Amino acid sequence: MLAYVIPLCMVMMGIAAALNVYRLIKGPDLPDRVLALDTLYINALAIIVLFGIWLTSDLFFEAALLIAVTGFVSTVALGKHMLHGEIID
Amino acid sequence: MSIWLELIVSALLLIGCTFALIGAIGLFRLQDFFMRLHGPTKSTTLGVGSIIVASMIFFSSRAEGLSFHELLITLFLFITAPVSAHMLARSAMQQKVKLVERTRGTPWE
Amino acid sequence: MTSRWLPHPLLTLFLTVVWVLLTNSLSVGSWLMGAFLGWGIPLLCQDFLLKTPRLRRPALLLRYMLVVLYDIVAANLNVARLVLGPPKNLRPAFVEVPMEIEDEFVLTLLACVVSLTPGTVSSGLSADHKTLLLHGLDVDDSEQMIAQVKNRYEAPLMEIFECSRT
Repeated sequence: MLAYVIPLCMVMMGIAAALNVYRLIKGPDLPDRVLALDTLYINALAIIVLFGIWLTSDLFFEAALLIAVTGFVSTVALGKHMLHGEIID
Repeated sequence: MSIWLELIVSALLLIGCTFALIGAIGLFRLQDFFMRLHGPTKSTTLGVGSIIVASMIFFSSRAEGLSFHELLITLFLFITAPVSAHMLARSAMQQKVKLVERTRGTPWE
Repeated sequence: MTSRWLPHPLLTLFLTVVWVLLTNSLSVGSWLMGAFLGWGIPLLCQDFLLKTPRLRRPALLLRYMLVVLYDIVAANLNVARLVLGPPKNLRPAFVEVPMEIEDEFVLTLLACVVSLTPGTVSSGLSADHKTLLLHGLDVDDSEQMIAQVKNRYEAPLMEIFECSRT
């Protein structure tokens, strides 16, 4: 059953990522684009975890954790940049 | 792997993907920034959390023994999602993004 | 409970569990290493750590977490319905909620909980920590929303943690 469910889930996550990219390109303001990037990294993380289940490999966990941590830090850095015009203040 | 476990994992994966997709649809079609903020902070976080729990159950059911470290990602996502949402909302208020006219109340700054 | 050599017992426990999860093995070695890190890290950076208020009612905290978890699921079903419905019917609003909690840590906790639960995202805190600005996706009655936030999320937190009212 999983052999059918995982490709279906991957298609759904792919559509979600495409919608995020649309907002990333169009997004009228800067916060919209940062929000789209934020959602995009969470979706990429989900796709990596799905891929890990597909290949039954535990190794993808580390990649997912690293993406979660660096993604959050980059969102905070971009938010700081928008608030104050600089990243380190 | 028994059929029941496979059923549970499949159901969790489908639910999670549906929520993540709904979050992305919210980001795609709602009208102003503050409304778009609601999709990713709630739906996507829960959706991805559910996918990761499915992965946890899947790997625990295999021969190598229990595997709970995926729980860390879920925990991390649930802690960080509101923080980044708050940060983005504050910077959006500072940049004075356009609001839909029917929004009641006023943003600060 | 707190002493010079074990300044943050709960943080120690949390770090130990995180280390055991990270190594993904329940062996004695990873528990020992986790306990060592959980003991050493708070000791080394205790000057930077935020002063957290004393936990007064741990059982109530557990119940609160369950309530919040239930609300997160309910909130998602609600947001899904709103997102997929016609966007013209949504009634977005900014609502200012007066805060009674003074402590920074508890305020952060409250803002996170509010962001994850029904239809609201916390989007600002006034400089004097007295008002929290919320954005609701579909607000019917702002008075009712304020009452809900105060009764359902703020009051239990003030009961759980020992903190002064403003």
